[in-house]
Amino acid sequence: MQLPNYPLPDSRGRYGDFGGRYVPETLIPALEELTAAYLHFKHDPGFLEEYEYYLKEYVGRPTPLYFAENLTRHLGGARIYLKREDLNHTGAHKINNTLGQALLCKRMGKRRVIAETGAGQHGVSVATVAALMGLECVVYQGAEDVRRQALNVFRMRLLGAEVRSVESGTKTLKDATNEAIRDWVTNVRDSFYIIGSVVGPHPYPAMARDFQSVVGEEVKQQLLAKEGRATPDAVIACVGGGSNAIGVFAPFAYQEERPRLIGVEAAGHGLTSSMHALSIGAGRKGVLHGAMMYLLYDEDGQIQPAHSVSAGLDYPGVGPEHSYFAERGIAEYVGITDDEALEGFKLLARLEGILPALESAHAIAYAAKLAPEMDPEQVIVINLSGRGDKDVVEVMRVLEERRGSRAEGQVSQGVA
Amino acid sequence: MTTREAFERAAAEGRAALIPYVMAGYPDATGALELLRRVLPFADVLEIGLPYSDPLGDGPVIQRASEQALRQGTRQKDVLEFVRQVRTLTDKPLFVMTYINPVIAAGPERFFEAFRSAGATGLILPDLPPDEDLALVEKAHAAGLETTFLLAPTSTDARIRTVAPFCTGFVYTVSVTGVTGARDRLPEGLPELVQRIKQHTDAPVAIGFGISSRSTAAQAARAADGAVIASALIRAHEEGRAVEPVLEEVRLGLFRQASV
Repeated sequence: MQLPNYPLPDSRGRYGDFGGRYVPETLIPALEELTAAYLHFKHDPGFLEEYEYYLKEYVGRPTPLYFAENLTRHLGGARIYLKREDLNHTGAHKINNTLGQALLCKRMGKRRVIAETGAGQHGVSVATVAALMGLECVVYQGAEDVRRQALNVFRMRLLGAEVRSVESGTKTLKDATNEAIRDWVTNVRDSFYIIGSVVGPHPYPAMARDFQSVVGEEVKQQLLAKEGRATPDAVIACVGGGSNAIGVFAPFAYQEERPRLIGVEAAGHGLTSSMHALSIGAGRKGVLHGAMMYLLYDEDGQIQPAHSVSAGLDYPGVGPEHSYFAERGIAEYVGITDDEALEGFKLLARLEGILPALESAHAIAYAAKLAPEMDPEQVIVINLSGRGDKDVVEVMRVLEERRGSRAEGQVSQGVA
Repeated sequence: MTTREAFERAAAEGRAALIPYVMAGYPDATGALELLRRVLPFADVLEIGLPYSDPLGDGPVIQRASEQALRQGTRQKDVLEFVRQVRTLTDKPLFVMTYINPVIAAGPERFFEAFRSAGATGLILPDLPPDEDLALVEKAHAAGLETTFLLAPTSTDARIRTVAPFCTGFVYTVSVTGVTGARDRLPEGLPELVQRIKQHTDAPVAIGFGISSRSTAAQAARAADGAVIASALIRAHEEGRAVEPVLEEVRLGLFRQASV
């Protein structure tokens, strides 16, 4: 196996203006050490062989590229394929990256890993590889998310990780990330910070992209076998920090004939509500967690909390490479509201018997708008980044709440 | 008074310079000014915090203060006003400490110009290594502001060589690998770190992170030209204690004759 060589970032970790290393000086030597180690091991045959071995035997790769025949027929347009990252061990694409970083951690001789998590998918994934590799593991999670995602907290603890509940700020992913960085600043000599998305200071966005690009590389091969061509007409993926999207976009982004690359951000209650996570759609250039990117902040530069029905998408920033893609028009970024995502969730469940993660349901919902406008000989690939088991309780709660308020509305109308 | 003069005056008195930290808007607008008046007699140089939503270089005490200041509705314009008020009280050097995003939000030129004309002497940006954005550092200098950057126990000689020349105010040396916060004692090896730094700059070197008592101050004074005290002051206020006794203890620790 070999990891791809993309033209970006530059030697300073920049994608145009985006990226970089905006971190306390204490971390700079560690980031330099990590960059050197990563550049070395990404070309080391022994490392790549081990990575490939675990991807195949432990994660279950390659994941299928499934032709969604019922969905295609229902929507009446382009042929729709689902890249089944939901079938990975631990239930999402996250493991592609955590496995790679954990192997790197071992090669660098570090015994302890730190991670942050929102909904818990990245935390579970890190706890999993830490158990596999025999590494000590501490996961930071916002107190609000610890409450909402009790089952994933229990999973992480079963896997031997220590979960630390973060009480500061908005008590969600943003604050868990601050806390993980603080731990890393304190224990930088013996700890490895496994970042869960294509965010953070250089080399993290590049490293996570490279480990996730296995998704897009497989799509090319699989599509060639099924459709006789490696490049689809459109690729759709949800975007929070953006790791599943970059994984499926990157192998296409730098080729000459590019498909439409469409990143779907969480529009929450809508653009005008301020309850959304439209970092590209409504954000400006700013710095959070060590990198310059599109970011939601007020006129004083204070970071604004993001909202989405999906805990995996409510992050106020987006990876620097996505920011670059958006600025240069390499990819398009659109928004899907909470309501539309729930419809996408139900649509895939009923037509294909697959419960998608609420994150991925945003991509499904956008495909449902796009596919009917396309021709039947055209092909859409949707990255189904994770499975919906973790979201079933939340979906039930939201749907019941809505049914309740609708019933109430009917009663009051009746009275009037 | 220039920053250099402030350090020299402390040295002439046989001690390391004392740099207390007060956050604008904490505990509220008037409370911050009251705290400032109390610490002012002890200060050689002042550090004024601009509260930020995601202060990832700071420990829990300063983060709590930031959250409270923001809850009180503290805006950038209020911090500017605070700096103006402080400037009417003293001619001591005054460094504004904040993170890079509030600077970007305002627009760097506008931010630098506004704080310079309000009376700030310099800037401390803990999440901006100077080589990350040299143009921005030049803009700060062009606006007439001094810049102070951080160096840490993990800093290699190459990093020290890169960062030190940009410290036109003073060098802010982080005593530990970690975030801000009071500690019982400082780690060994500080004098060696400061010696390594002094090979690459003639700017004064101050030690921050963990200064809270006479003994930690004495450790800092044995190694460097100054000491920053921040979390210990906010903690004293949180606990309803006066800040003067804390400052008095630290000041005593900064006198050098005991260690000579």
